Amino acid sequence: MRTFAYERAGTVAEAVGKTRFIAGGTNLLDLMKLGVETPERLVDVTRLDLRGIEDHRGGLRIGALVPNSDLAADARVRRDYPVLARALLAGASGQLRNMATTGGNLLQRTRCYYFQDVASPCNKREPGSGCAAIGGATRLHAILGASEHCIATHPSDMAVAMQALDASVEVEGPGGTRTIPIRDFHRLPGDTPHVETELREGELIVAVTLPPPPPGRQTYRKVRDRASYAFALVSVAGIVAVKDGRIAQAALAFGGVAHKPWRDPEVEAMLAGREPTSETFDAAADLLLRDARGQGGNDFKIPLFRRTLRAVLRELTQ
Amino acid sequence: MIETTLTINGQEHRLRADPRTTLLDALRNHLGLTGSKKGCDHGQCGACTVIADGRRINACLSLVCMMDGVEITTVEGLGEPGRLSPLQDAFVRHDGYQCGYCTPGQICSATAMLDEVRAGWPSVVTEDLEGGAALTTEEIGERMSGNLCRCAAYPNIVDAIRDVAGAKEAAE
Repeated sequence: MRTFAYERAGTVAEAVGKTRFIAGGTNLLDLMKLGVETPERLVDVTRLDLRGIEDHRGGLRIGALVPNSDLAADARVRRDYPVLARALLAGASGQLRNMATTGGNLLQRTRCYYFQDVASPCNKREPGSGCAAIGGATRLHAILGASEHCIATHPSDMAVAMQALDASVEVEGPGGTRTIPIRDFHRLPGDTPHVETELREGELIVAVTLPPPPPGRQTYRKVRDRASYAFALVSVAGIVAVKDGRIAQAALAFGGVAHKPWRDPEVEAMLAGREPTSETFDAAADLLLRDARGQGGNDFKIPLFRRTLRAVLRELTQ
Repeated sequence: MIETTLTINGQEHRLRADPRTTLLDALRNHLGLTGSKKGCDHGQCGACTVIADGRRINACLSLVCMMDGVEITTVEGLGEPGRLSPLQDAFVRHDGYQCGYCTPGQICSATAMLDEVRAGWPSVVTEDLEGGAALTTEEIGERMSGNLCRCAAYPNIVDAIRDVAGAKEAAE
């Protein structure tokens, strides 16, 4: 690991404007050991007062330092936002969930093998160096929203559930406080895959807010290579309300398939008002996958994604 | 060099170390507590699991300079020969180890995991998120999935954990 200067921030005001924050460190320290991340200075933000989960405008305001395990265990989250509890519990291990934080989880970086291997070219790690994943081993890679510069996927489960829940990310920066809807928070790779979020230099995530619990049933289904403790090949966060035998409202977000938690408003609009039949689910999958493209090693994800979506829609509308 | 004060197995320690020093390296190399093992050193195998302020964590992914004021329990703090903790004793009785390398992490992890179950925390395989969980083989497997055993002593590890969980339920 490259050496770095260490300092501890006592207040949010003290931290804002600085760079390279560390909280749980479960991803950052791992990448520092690999030489992928080489910060010159780490600002430890774990002592900031950002550990609360508060009722907020009919929903919840989750402090950026709330550990994933606490968020999953919170009684309100379990009762009103089960999709979020299930997504959190589907991620990582008990040890990692105890350290990983809400803010850090949003900023975790791709597990693309080539990004993690400093001997490989990677436009995300070293802009302009190329992409070794294209034409390489692509089992974990994107089928939607990728570019010729980067086909990596975002690894978070939590962020996928928050996408379906229409969460917002509250940040404090040198310019003050601002709120970024989670749908805009993560970026697609385009020709700048190293720019992963809308966060600006010196900005610190202080909270994530959830709107009031949505109507309908919620679930999170994650398909992976092992039964536990593995990243998603595909995952679906689904919230669907059925009324009078028809789908009244659907919110669907997807993990493991794109550079960001994927959401497609056209699919949700198409589902609204339809009867929950096999034909409806097929039509939703067709629309969702209209631009899907495999890279060879991940071609299987397209039919897998279709089946997972159908299974979730069936489960939530039965 | 950064000075850090932390409590390990009930005893206060002051340590001056390079900021890169992980909690795991501090325990093993600075303090001579070699019970916690370095397996993958990337948070994937769980051999370094210790209990920090009551919670199980991977000591390899924690910087010791961030642990100021934290109370750490390692496998050495759970029990000792002649005075084993219930899980240590159960691992011996059920032959829950082969080479023994993953054992300290397994035992620290299981100790804290049973507290999580008592606190009512669900896991991803828990049917009812709000209803608590019975410690079935599936539940134990999921909750202990952050601890790998290359000898595959899993069936006996699960038996040891179930034994202790059952004994505790009976005693309550």
